Amino acid sequence: MRHVIAVLLENESGALSRVAGLFSARGYNIESLTVAPTHDPTMSRMTIVTYGTERVVEQITKQLNKLVDVVRLTDLTESHFLEREIMLIKLRAVEQSRSEIKRVADIFRGRILDVTETSYIVEMTGDAEKLDAFMKSVGKDNIIEVVRSGATGIARGEKSLRI
Amino acid sequence: MELSGGEILIQALKEEEVEFIFGYPGGAVLHIYDAIYQQNSIKHILVRHEQGATHAADGYARATGKPGVVLVTSGPGATNAVTGIATAFMDSIPMVILTGQVTSRFIGSDAFQEVDCIGITRPCVKHNFLVESLESLSDTLKKAFHVATTGRPGPVVVDIPKDFTAPGVKTEFDYSVPVEMRSYSPPTTGHPGQIRKAVDLIMSAKRPMIYSGGGVVLGDASESFREFCRKLSYPVTNTLMGLGAFPATDKQFVGMLGMHGTYEANMAMHGCDVLIAVGARFDDRVTGEVKRFCPNAQIVHIDVDPASISKTVTVDIPIVGDVGQVLEAMNRQIEEADREIDRAAIDLWWSEIEKWRGTNCLQYDKSDSVIKPQYVVEKLYEVTKGDAYLTSDVGQHQMWAAQFYHFDKPRRWINSGGLGTMGFGLPAAIGVQLAFPDEIVACITGEASIQMCIQELSTCLQYDLPIKIINLNNRYMGMVRQWQEFSYEKRYSHSYMDALPDFVRLTESYGHVGMLIDKPGDVESAMQEAFAMKDKLVFLDFITDQTENVYPMIEAGKGQDEMRLHPAQNRELA
Repeated sequence: MRHVIAVLLENESGALSRVAGLFSARGYNIESLTVAPTHDPTMSRMTIVTYGTERVVEQITKQLNKLVDVVRLTDLTESHFLEREIMLIKLRAVEQSRSEIKRVADIFRGRILDVTETSYIVEMTGDAEKLDAFMKSVGKDNIIEVVRSGATGIARGEKSLRI
Repeated sequence: MELSGGEILIQALKEEEVEFIFGYPGGAVLHIYDAIYQQNSIKHILVRHEQGATHAADGYARATGKPGVVLVTSGPGATNAVTGIATAFMDSIPMVILTGQVTSRFIGSDAFQEVDCIGITRPCVKHNFLVESLESLSDTLKKAFHVATTGRPGPVVVDIPKDFTAPGVKTEFDYSVPVEMRSYSPPTTGHPGQIRKAVDLIMSAKRPMIYSGGGVVLGDASESFREFCRKLSYPVTNTLMGLGAFPATDKQFVGMLGMHGTYEANMAMHGCDVLIAVGARFDDRVTGEVKRFCPNAQIVHIDVDPASISKTVTVDIPIVGDVGQVLEAMNRQIEEADREIDRAAIDLWWSEIEKWRGTNCLQYDKSDSVIKPQYVVEKLYEVTKGDAYLTSDVGQHQMWAAQFYHFDKPRRWINSGGLGTMGFGLPAAIGVQLAFPDEIVACITGEASIQMCIQELSTCLQYDLPIKIINLNNRYMGMVRQWQEFSYEKRYSHSYMDALPDFVRLTESYGHVGMLIDKPGDVESAMQEAFAMKDKLVFLDFITDQTENVYPMIEAGKGQDEMRLHPAQNRELA
């Protein structure tokens, strides 16, 4: 099952490689990993998307907790949460496909950031499923280049991850 | 007080009450060595290879419970230390390893003797630090000792760029500032509700089993563990790392468990209805085939490391906490409990275990013509009255020592259990003998293992360490040969030790005493003679039976109840 784990960690050199190293050393799956400092510059917040059996995911959270640089973490998938990812996608846009792509981008609430005679760059945010669906809709042949940030996540309501 | 980095390091080690630094100098640590030269309170032990330094510090830590301290230079100094760091990591040994690093502005430039020490050691340390400024040196060292010695202990590396130890640059030193780490708070007391539930289950058991590991030894919880076991009078087994936590000569002790554990310990594990795991981690050498492990047991697991809980075997009642504190709470509750243990059921269980014990699974063929390795260990036990500190290398000799040397005290059995590092025994004995100069320290080894760190014989001479080396010389890498016999139709691929040195002359050339013993009748007298030489290192080279195997054995993929016994033994006996 897919799990989204949010981690607060010390904003120190090497902290990221400890987390990445843990996943590779123990053979855990990693779908995406995003990290950036928070409003408290001494701390970074990381969102890890992973998948595995309940037992493996339990081990992942325990092993992450054991890392000395990890301050706190939560498995967001255990309750309601929001997940957003940003994608920049460069699409071939010529002749009749120009208007078609524009229309699809509008439906998905994408913004066109860059226009040339033959291409668009579309910015889109959403969860992974939405971004996948957009790519499917415009068709593989029209995609020149894709860059995705990987998921970021936050719990809904009162629940929060902070110190 | 304004001090240079080198002086800060010395002062910090003094504050941590460090007695010994095990190390080897080099370019990046020259400033530190100069600071060492100018003081007398901490003794530096010069080894002959950095691997030896880490094992010696490790042996010191295992025997004393205090953190072992290592100092090596950058580059090859650090990489040579890695095997010893990984050894300590696998067995949760508290150590602080100080590695020199190139001058900070050269980091990343492929400078002479530069290596990414933080990157290389990351997967085999509890934590590591790159010192980022002279001002942060003292705080970093304090954190390193704190992390290494608390919770589940482990090695911590501190990588120190050369410029931060230079004599000309000074900063304020104040070691009294307490360590603050918001991201690190090891558990202490167990959850009271879990403890209550566990005691209830434990007291309702009809076929209980107590299984303890290295955690009881490392947590200095042996006393409360013994009290716990005696209150219950349930059968007790120890892992290889846990030997000595419960007296091996006690009737309640059914021997070590696992791959080369006793038949009775493994059968009792397999048949138990309640398993009480204390400071143990369900290692694959203990469980055998996990699917067949303790099929009928409800499991209580006490451990300081939450990640050890349900890692390989799912447990029913986990208790995360300091083993000693949890056991004390349990002891009180057992005392005050209003329920009774079902003694009739326990007696019945014991009579079953006694039947298994009756197989006498450690029996071996005695011989008048060739020295049996087990016989050497038995004599070692007698001659040292079971009270030696015994370090070990890795292989058959290690298993025979675990089987035939009956440890009654914790911290007496010093061996590399998790990583299985050949070459560990001799340097580890250096650390132990330095810590306890008046105690008997013996190193049991084989002709293959001993050659992996034999250069440390030179260190032993320099510091007058009267270690007794018991070399079980069968001219084979015995354990490899045994597996090749059992699983590879006796194709003994590269397990034969050809072109061996003359160990007696080799030892003598290092300035020690060497003895060659090749007749069973001479074993005991040679040992008496060697142990009487209280101020000499003696290397006893026992020429043993070439093809002796370690029995009993759980082979790969087999369950605890499928032990292979000595060929002469009738399985039906059981």
